[in-house]
Amino acid sequence: MSKPITGPAFLDISDVTIAFPRSRVPVLNGVDLKIRRGEYVSVIGHSGCGKSTLLNVVAGLLPATSGGVVLDGREVSGPGPDRAVVFQNHSLLPWLTCYENIRLAVDQTLSRAMSRAERHDWTMENLALVRMTGAKDKRPGEISGGMKQRIGIARALAIKPKVLLLDEPFGALDALTRAHLQDQVMAIHASLGTTVMMITHDVDEAVLLSDRIVMLTNGPNARIGEILDVDLPRPRDRLELVADPRFIAARAHVLAFLHHRHAAPGMVAA
Amino acid sequence: MNATVPPRHAASSAAVPAHATPVAPASLPAPSFLARLRGLSGRVLPPLVVVLALAGLWELAASGPSATLPPPSRVWADAGELITDPFFDRGGLDKGLFWHLAASLQRVALGFVLAAVAGIATGLLIGTSQLAMRGLDPLFQVLRTVPPLAWLPLSLAAFREAQPSAIFVIFITSVWPVIINTAVGVRNVPQDYRNVAAVIRLRGPAYWARIILPAAAPYIFTGLRIGIGLSWLAIIAAEMLIGGVGIGFFIWDAWNSSNLSDIVVALVYVGLVGFALDRLMALLGHLATRGTATA
Repeated sequence: MSKPITGPAFLDISDVTIAFPRSRVPVLNGVDLKIRRGEYVSVIGHSGCGKSTLLNVVAGLLPATSGGVVLDGREVSGPGPDRAVVFQNHSLLPWLTCYENIRLAVDQTLSRAMSRAERHDWTMENLALVRMTGAKDKRPGEISGGMKQRIGIARALAIKPKVLLLDEPFGALDALTRAHLQDQVMAIHASLGTTVMMITHDVDEAVLLSDRIVMLTNGPNARIGEILDVDLPRPRDRLELVADPRFIAARAHVLAFLHHRHAAPGMVAA
Repeated sequence: MNATVPPRHAASSAAVPAHATPVAPASLPAPSFLARLRGLSGRVLPPLVVVLALAGLWELAASGPSATLPPPSRVWADAGELITDPFFDRGGLDKGLFWHLAASLQRVALGFVLAAVAGIATGLLIGTSQLAMRGLDPLFQVLRTVPPLAWLPLSLAAFREAQPSAIFVIFITSVWPVIINTAVGVRNVPQDYRNVAAVIRLRGPAYWARIILPAAAPYIFTGLRIGIGLSWLAIIAAEMLIGGVGIGFFIWDAWNSSNLSDIVVALVYVGLVGFALDRLMALLGHLATRGTATA
């Protein structure tokens, strides 16, 4: 374990079961996960295993059927700015500029803590953090997918969340853009020490970014199959890691879990 | 781009060094005056030719001794004043077409603004509340098929005056597409936007103003555009029956005095105004949704 344990879990997902109405088998069954402050945890699994559903429960967008989520000592009862979500499809408001998208979130969540001028500076600071200052007055329709996702990340960080929830944030991007953004997220995580829970289906991404990888079994009725500690020193460099035996071993471990022990459900089950 | 483009008379000479140094992408010569004229004429000429050809056909068809309608030359001879001077006012109903159109447009403006406000408000309600949707939608689906003029007798009986009756007919004609499109727009606000609002705890009026209305705006403006087209259709018909100043009554009056040429001129004006109203609404929609309608 690269980070020391600091008291009780920061984000405590305890025995969460999620069943949709009119379905006898729950999507997720008894998921138990404790995340420490500053930890980067990935949740990986085949599509349909309910990993995004789990993230939505932590975000408060979906109620758990049983079990609960406690963040920093407070039970999650609905969505809130202490748990910022970066959605897979960026979800920027197309009628606002990049600046306005972030500013709306800042104004809404930090208006008591900051003056008007401070909120402007803070918005600009977060634009600079994802290197999007130059595109601040562009609308989402005028920038590339990778840039939109960067604004999405900036918007999420700008509300000063206790935990950052990433829902397959790089899934819709091309390989080069994805690598670039992963590096940026690593740098942000290193400098801010944000607690991150990331949903992904990309094994390399999970190993590169995470302190721990949570592997879900196939849904429905999915549970945590295994948790892998990724014991790689930070900062991590993707080029050096390619040949690192620890990286290769971790990667092989996750692949083995996903493809041998819990292979993708057949077409019939889909 | 304008800042980097050389003055037009220098365009041909500026193109030479640009050719020699391929690193200067901004030195594309400005399209010459002639080329722009050619582009413009390409769009203006075809409809002009079609109109002239149709007028020629009409002239031929209507010049026989048994013709029931006046040919264009007769229209010009009879109603030249109407065409060239829309602003004369000799008291009573003997006014230029501008005044008739203005009276009709005034009614449309009043009725349509009422319809827009009521329609958007009702649409927001139906779009948000499943209960309101279930209760009101069947009623609206039936009422919206009632032709505008069918409302007129009831309207006259209720208001006992021509002006409010006409405005009511416009209202009742144009309110349905506004309601229905607004409701559809609200229902189609992507869950993603609602989630964003939920995470930053945007609620109440701010939620409506910052998320729902802008997200539904393209739909709302589609409804408004259909609505204003319908209300222009309705007012012409309604005015024929209620009389007074107005382009509809002008047409009816011309028919009663067998002034077919005046009717032809009025029809052209009605068409042009309807076209202008439609374009105006489209422009407003474009400005209000700031080009995000397709996003």
